[in-house]
Amino acid sequence: MSDTAPPEDPQNTPLPDMVPQEEAPSQKDGDPRKSDMYRRVTGIGTSARQAMLVPALALLTALIIGAFIIAVTDVDTLPLWGSDPGEALKATVTGIFDAYKALFVGSVGSLDAISETLFAATPLILAGLAVAVGFQAGLFNIGVNGQMHIGGMAALWVGFTFAIPAVFHIPLVLAAALVGGALWAGLAGLLKARTGAHEVITTIMLNFIALFLVDYLLKSSLFQAPGRNDPISAPANPSSVFTTLFGDYRVNIGFIIALAAVAIVWWLMYRTTVGFEFRAVGANPSGGRYAGMSVAWIYVSVMAVSGALAGIAGANQIVAVEPYRAISNFAGNIGFDAIALALLGRSHPVGVLFAGLLFGALRAGGREMQGAAGIPIDLVLVLQALIIVMIAAPELVRSIYRVKTPDQEITTVTTSGWGG
Amino acid sequence: MTLELRGITKQFPGVLANDDVNLSVSEGEIIALLGENGAGKTTLMNILYGLYTPTKGEVIVDGEPLVLDSPGDAIAAGIGMVHQHFMLVPVFTVAENVVLGDEPTKSLGWIDARRAKKAVTEISSRYGLDVDPDAIIEDLPVGFQQRVEIIKVLAREARFLVFDEPTSVLTPPEVDRFFEIVNELRADGKGIIFISHKLGEALEIADRIVIMRRGKTVAEVVPADVDEEKLAELMVGRPVDLVVSKAKAEPKDVVLAVKDLTVLDDRNNRAVDSLSLEVRAGEIVGIAGVQGNGQTELVESLTGLRPSLGGVVELNGNDITTLSPRAIHNLDIAHVPEDRQKSGLVLPFTVAENIVLDSYHERPISKGILMDWNAARDRATRLVEEYDVRTPSIEVQVSNLSGGNQQKVIVAREFDRDVKLVIASQPTRGIDVGSIEYIHGRIVEERDEGAAVLIVSSELEEIKALSDRILVMYDGRVVAEFDPSVSTTEIGLAMLGSQSEEEAS
Amino acid sequence: MTAIAEGAEVTSKRRATPAEKRATVIGIVLIALAVFTFWAFGLGVTSGLESKFNLSLPGARFDDLSWTVNSRMVGFVVSLILAFLGGMTLRRSHLKWTNLGLSIGLGLFAFSFLTWAAADGSFSLVGMLTSTVVLSVPVTLGALTGLMCERVAVINIAIEGQLLTSAFVGTIVGSAAGIWVGLVAAMLTGAILGAVLAVLAIKYRIDQIIAGVVINIFALGITSFLARRVLSASQELNSPGRFGSIKIPILGDIPVIGPMFFDHNMFVYVTFILVIALHFGLFYTRWGLRSRSVGEHPKAADTVGINVYRTRYRNVILGGLIAGFGGAFLTLAQVSRFEENLTAGIGFIGLAALIFGRWRPLGVLGAGLVFGFARALQQKLGILGTPIPSEFLSMTPYIVTLIVVAGVVGRARPPAADGQPYIKD
Repeated sequence: MSDTAPPEDPQNTPLPDMVPQEEAPSQKDGDPRKSDMYRRVTGIGTSARQAMLVPALALLTALIIGAFIIAVTDVDTLPLWGSDPGEALKATVTGIFDAYKALFVGSVGSLDAISETLFAATPLILAGLAVAVGFQAGLFNIGVNGQMHIGGMAALWVGFTFAIPAVFHIPLVLAAALVGGALWAGLAGLLKARTGAHEVITTIMLNFIALFLVDYLLKSSLFQAPGRNDPISAPANPSSVFTTLFGDYRVNIGFIIALAAVAIVWWLMYRTTVGFEFRAVGANPSGGRYAGMSVAWIYVSVMAVSGALAGIAGANQIVAVEPYRAISNFAGNIGFDAIALALLGRSHPVGVLFAGLLFGALRAGGREMQGAAGIPIDLVLVLQALIIVMIAAPELVRSIYRVKTPDQEITTVTTSGWGG
Repeated sequence: MTLELRGITKQFPGVLANDDVNLSVSEGEIIALLGENGAGKTTLMNILYGLYTPTKGEVIVDGEPLVLDSPGDAIAAGIGMVHQHFMLVPVFTVAENVVLGDEPTKSLGWIDARRAKKAVTEISSRYGLDVDPDAIIEDLPVGFQQRVEIIKVLAREARFLVFDEPTSVLTPPEVDRFFEIVNELRADGKGIIFISHKLGEALEIADRIVIMRRGKTVAEVVPADVDEEKLAELMVGRPVDLVVSKAKAEPKDVVLAVKDLTVLDDRNNRAVDSLSLEVRAGEIVGIAGVQGNGQTELVESLTGLRPSLGGVVELNGNDITTLSPRAIHNLDIAHVPEDRQKSGLVLPFTVAENIVLDSYHERPISKGILMDWNAARDRATRLVEEYDVRTPSIEVQVSNLSGGNQQKVIVAREFDRDVKLVIASQPTRGIDVGSIEYIHGRIVEERDEGAAVLIVSSELEEIKALSDRILVMYDGRVVAEFDPSVSTTEIGLAMLGSQSEEEAS
Repeated sequence: MTAIAEGAEVTSKRRATPAEKRATVIGIVLIALAVFTFWAFGLGVTSGLESKFNLSLPGARFDDLSWTVNSRMVGFVVSLILAFLGGMTLRRSHLKWTNLGLSIGLGLFAFSFLTWAAADGSFSLVGMLTSTVVLSVPVTLGALTGLMCERVAVINIAIEGQLLTSAFVGTIVGSAAGIWVGLVAAMLTGAILGAVLAVLAIKYRIDQIIAGVVINIFALGITSFLARRVLSASQELNSPGRFGSIKIPILGDIPVIGPMFFDHNMFVYVTFILVIALHFGLFYTRWGLRSRSVGEHPKAADTVGINVYRTRYRNVILGGLIAGFGGAFLTLAQVSRFEENLTAGIGFIGLAALIFGRWRPLGVLGAGLVFGFARALQQKLGILGTPIPSEFLSMTPYIVTLIVVAGVVGRARPPAADGQPYIKD
């Protein structure tokens, strides 16, 4: 039996059984003692050092487990353990060392590597922001994948239909992506607002629908590259392509756009009435309603904003990545990574930025790891999943390392079932 | 046969909930345990019921110390608890709830429904409880649900029964009936502990009264030796004004007019059924009635949170029936909601953010979509001072505040305007006496400044103390209107739907 | 005294109840469907064409049973019935029958659609119905997993991951040690993942949806990783055997019903048995009563001495076993190899089936069959060669899920404590 008492206001000396007594009527709507996803990374009483500690330890643990997985799945070396353990140990350690060295070199070992990291981080940051905005409002946007596809296709269409100077073309591309993503996500928001349908299921279904829609479009005359039979699109015009920043390196204005997005989302969430409403509804929808907020409309708006960000991420995958074409499932795993990012970054825009950079580094490094050391890049997925688990459960990290977690560490989003 | 709590101490991080508490009850005895909210009564009972382990002290039955690690241990020792908020599964039947945890089974774990039903009917008829074993809990009126809780406890052969605030959900006639049952139980040799903050009831039913304050037992008295005022003083530690002092009301024009309002509840039943009422400027109208007779839906409808099915609501002659909550707010209507943690506040937000929860979209707190946090902080600082909200700072999460202070935040926010109409629902539920006094005072102040005030409360004492006019709501309608000087019994009868004394026989 | 006199002039309109509003919407939908059917499946079909529905499989005992209809007439007749149903619903006179009318209407619409698709050709109706049953199995099993978890108030989004991972493990172990060992391994995998979810949700009180999503990401990652690292090198680990069909004598020969229900691999039979067992278990046994109490009102269960935590762990792990069984079905019965992302959303469709089936085993079975039908439709139409592009056909199950979830959720009541961690103080 654990003894949990809420923090006390000394001047009134309320006693512990005061809270349970009052809470009981509202027990159905989630335990008010639980902190929720709304909280900022610079939470009250949390020093920067403490806020960084858990993610750092999580990363370390993930790498250790990853090393173990690499070792255990090294099919060539496995039989060696039986015959020559010494040799096997050497081979295994070398294997792990090579893998992680490649990871490091590939992500920050050179200017090119850094460029690759930023390049890979761009869509991750945007997608992570999309999910984070949703989380702050208490919504799970699992549909970033589909929104990226729709936004990306819209962007592509604008990309190859017009041939105007880049200074006009690129904003137009962004606008199309924004609208496409916003509409696709807004649909899920609308369903939730009008019918109570839970956005987890609806957005996932919309993901699949978008996927097939893209496949269809890639074979249609409108999009398909002339002269090709496979599902690949015509390329976007050069005037719509995101300009690179430093000569031959791949990092481009997409990264700048991502940084701008971070700033805009921060401003929106913490400095505007819109953000205030988003966060209020995320923390307590009943309270929001009572305060006169139109919760249904807010759900739609949140999803639209979220989808818009995802749409831009999708556009990035088209007009920032050679050969500037769309193929089937061009959004890849970014949608799922985005969820990890949002959790890692505690749904705060700056947190998402850093998390995005980290994952970008893992990606760039992971590619090197696959090329140089032969480790499939899916290991990065595993590493990411491990990191999230430990972020989402600081107690896990704490019990492993016997570290004190900050007082008001957030752990969860408050959910109360399927809604409706 | 005695149940004794000896030297019980319970330490929580930062708070001493029980401090060397001593209490004993014998079979065939009724003890009332009095104390205001937060005095430590529930903690003590949770220890008795095995939900907490005491830091020090023992629970002793018939001279034998008990180890109580779970409710199962308590039940085995013959201790039964009837909780304030019923521990009944709403979608199960009476029989299912009664046998839960101790089900009669046939082979393979198949439940023997016949034996389960028999267990219920046996006890029900023995004590005249009149409960149908196949009824579904959520369809039963609250008074009957309580009887199911009692049957649950008796089915496990409890010798000592603990009742936690048993009458908070009962009408006065139901309370009388409840006391009859309790007396039966006493005559049957059960020992009973009866937790309450209702002074009159303690005086009426108990053989002995134990008073707790701030975790300690401060007094033990016999009803013959004390009266309500003395009890209140013992409970709070200082003389308490039990009556709200206010000038006579001088009502002016009708501000709120409700005509034939019909509202559906979540299960599509008519919670409010062609209801009509009026509130004038400068008067306090109190709606009395047991919770569940449509008061919640009425308030939600008046404040725009629930659509109505038919009827009209007018504010100073203007039709506001279908307005949104925000529009209603803009008409200078203040709403203190009945569930402050669910509707009134956003708990993870700071005090400052909660203070501007209703005004964030207007100047000076925001211009367009840009929020002016300096203005917000200024307002919060001013209101916290003005309304005596005890908080370390305005940047603290409002969840850290005590219930009373949370309620003051809401009241501060709502009353900080030129208010024409106040709608307050259960305004002092679950808060300490000091805050109760303060909020009552503020409500009367609003009335004296010309606002029309509508109070909904299930605490009849509060209604009688505050109102200039009392309306009784039953089954979705206003069934009676009284002057506050009328006897509690008469109001109670109306609360149960009876029209007058003639029908009482 | 109250100042409102009786009979005062009152402008009280009666606004529509939610049920009436819903009836209006459904009525309009039905009428729209009627118009569409008339135009597309009636007028849109050249007159004189016939659709032939095969009612028996080649080689069956009662061979060559079929039912032929005039394609155009069906379109017209169905559109009339739909219009009638729509009209009756709009009148809002019998609100109780709204759902029934909708179901019948949708069923007829589907039939009319098939007739149109099969115009001037034949269509194996029995084949389609049999596929419906088979394709419903993973959905139903996924939904039953969700049922076990949600009945004790633990939301399980990780069904997809459980299915995927246990399918993977089933393949490898099945290839190495035989299909029965593979089956056991798969079930254990599902149970282990269930245990992980349970620990995350119950002990660490992580938001259950996040925990589920995390497990899914992890499952996708690890199965893809291992598939590439291990399977592509050793193909022999990706060819487990297959569980064959077992035909029940006599019952299996009944036309239409026979092949539909009594001629399948054992997974199908077990699924049906499991549904019935859970129905009785949940609603008639002590285990069921206690589990449900934990899901509806854990505090009440706690106070009568039921161990809420232990009940939740146990049921979630049992659910995991079921998911493992479902995963095994995918790679040891349905196909005989593992592919990346084999499940393609079946777990989530299962969740929708759970909601659609109102958290009851029999309801879940029905819902599973509906989704199985959608999946079978997708396959069969592909073969038929309708003018609808294949990508749109692929969308069918997902669109159906979307419609179901949007149309049903608001009205269904999950277990009261669903999604809320239990904090014992």
